[in-house]
Amino acid sequence: MIKLTNVFKAFPKGGLALKDVSFHIAKGEFVFLTGHSGAGKSTVLKLVYADEPPTSGEVRVSGFNLSELRRKDIPMLRRRLGIVFQDFRLLEDRTAEENVAFALEVTAARRATIPARVMRVLTQVGLAAKAQAYPRELSGGEQQRVAIARALVNEPTVLLADEPTGNLDERATRGVFQLLRDINASGTAVVMATHDLDLVRQAPYRVIELQEGALVYDSVVDEPRDQAASP
Amino acid sequence: MRLVLREALLIFRRAPLLSALSVTTIAFSLFAVGLFGLVAVNLQQALRQVAERVEIVAYLLPGTPIESITLAQKDIEAFPEVASATYVSEDRALARARAELVEFRDVLQELERNPLPGSIEVKLKAGFRDAEHVNEVADRLRGFGFVDDVRFGRDWVEKLDRLQQIAAAVGLVVGAAFAAVAVIIIGTTIRMAVLQRSREIAIMRLVGATDGFIRRPFLLQGAIKGMLGGLVAIGLSYGAYVLINRWLIQAAFFTREQAGTVVIFGTLIGLFGSAASVGRHLRRV
Repeated sequence: MIKLTNVFKAFPKGGLALKDVSFHIAKGEFVFLTGHSGAGKSTVLKLVYADEPPTSGEVRVSGFNLSELRRKDIPMLRRRLGIVFQDFRLLEDRTAEENVAFALEVTAARRATIPARVMRVLTQVGLAAKAQAYPRELSGGEQQRVAIARALVNEPTVLLADEPTGNLDERATRGVFQLLRDINASGTAVVMATHDLDLVRQAPYRVIELQEGALVYDSVVDEPRDQAASP
Repeated sequence: MRLVLREALLIFRRAPLLSALSVTTIAFSLFAVGLFGLVAVNLQQALRQVAERVEIVAYLLPGTPIESITLAQKDIEAFPEVASATYVSEDRALARARAELVEFRDVLQELERNPLPGSIEVKLKAGFRDAEHVNEVADRLRGFGFVDDVRFGRDWVEKLDRLQQIAAAVGLVVGAAFAAVAVIIIGTTIRMAVLQRSREIAIMRLVGATDGFIRRPFLLQGAIKGMLGGLVAIGLSYGAYVLINRWLIQAAFFTREQAGTVVIFGTLIGLFGSAASVGRHLRRV
């Protein structure tokens, strides 16, 4: 599903963002990617959704070898992924419904099927009633749900979430996290970058920890431990 | 296609001020080009009118039989450069001189014998009124045995020639400079529109939009802006033309084709300006 083998990534101005990182994430897994800010979590996700190429090593995602990926194939890869960010990245001048529909329109989905598919995912994230609301009329948690709905509407095999709860209060965090767990329970793999160790402790999921660009702990390989290094 | 049109119109709706600014900028850039074009068009027309007066006169030896003259006239009219060849008899030359040279009327009246020679006046077709062709035709006229002398105001034709060349060169250089400035200004305007939507472009790419999908609405709106700018520029030029006509000099306006060219030029600048800006932006994100 997602496989990194001896991946190095250099910063453009020198120094290494990732040092010899290897791991494999299987279909349907839920994985926490943890570490301090600047440890390389976002870089790993960027490599996976082909925002940046690895300097060396191999990245394979959903059948694509990203080292050989041509620029014009990147959209095809992204349509198989759902991506969620800390800052939601919604289009401010479109309603929740339009934001979600937009992700389908760009993929040349059949127009007639779009409204039903959009309503289905909005219902799934619990926002069917606010389909006509603009992002500024929604709370942070609700905006993140719209972003998640947008990520889900193409029925991805993997959902990548980069600090999805980073901007949310505790209650909204719990809600969004539970939503991600439900999504995972229905078969979609979830890779969640976070430095919220309380969340990590709440669930029995795999943990991959990065430190200064190196993989220092992987709970399926290494000894289990009570407490990951504090953020 | 419907989606492309919707997205292109959305760009207008979302940033009406910036869009209006783009159209205005394009319009004024093209207006500058258009004004210069008007000057060029009028200058050229004036020169053409002067060139129409280019005429070669072949003076005939006295006593040339009229049959030879008629034959020669036919030959001359068959020259590819020649528009018309008119025979002016000695008597008509005298009558004309009497009518035109009023101050010498008395002298001309008292003549016992007509001193003026007969002549053939040759007018050339448009496109052959330059020094080179005039000289060539003059040489050929000298070849007729009964032609005494050929006159055509060599200096004058050569000056006209040079004037036309200068006008063409200046027109080309200044016109190109104006057009280049217009292209740069319009390109910058369109770049602003692209940058304004850079966040949106980034999001489109994240959800798997192809470059072509992102590009198309920009190309369409760029072309529309360019076309509107071109139309406004023609309107402004027309306004300027009306004012000039009323207060300054009798001038000519663009032909329908020339006006169409300005609009098409605007549309193409809008299209290619957008293509360049979006392309550059897409390569960076």
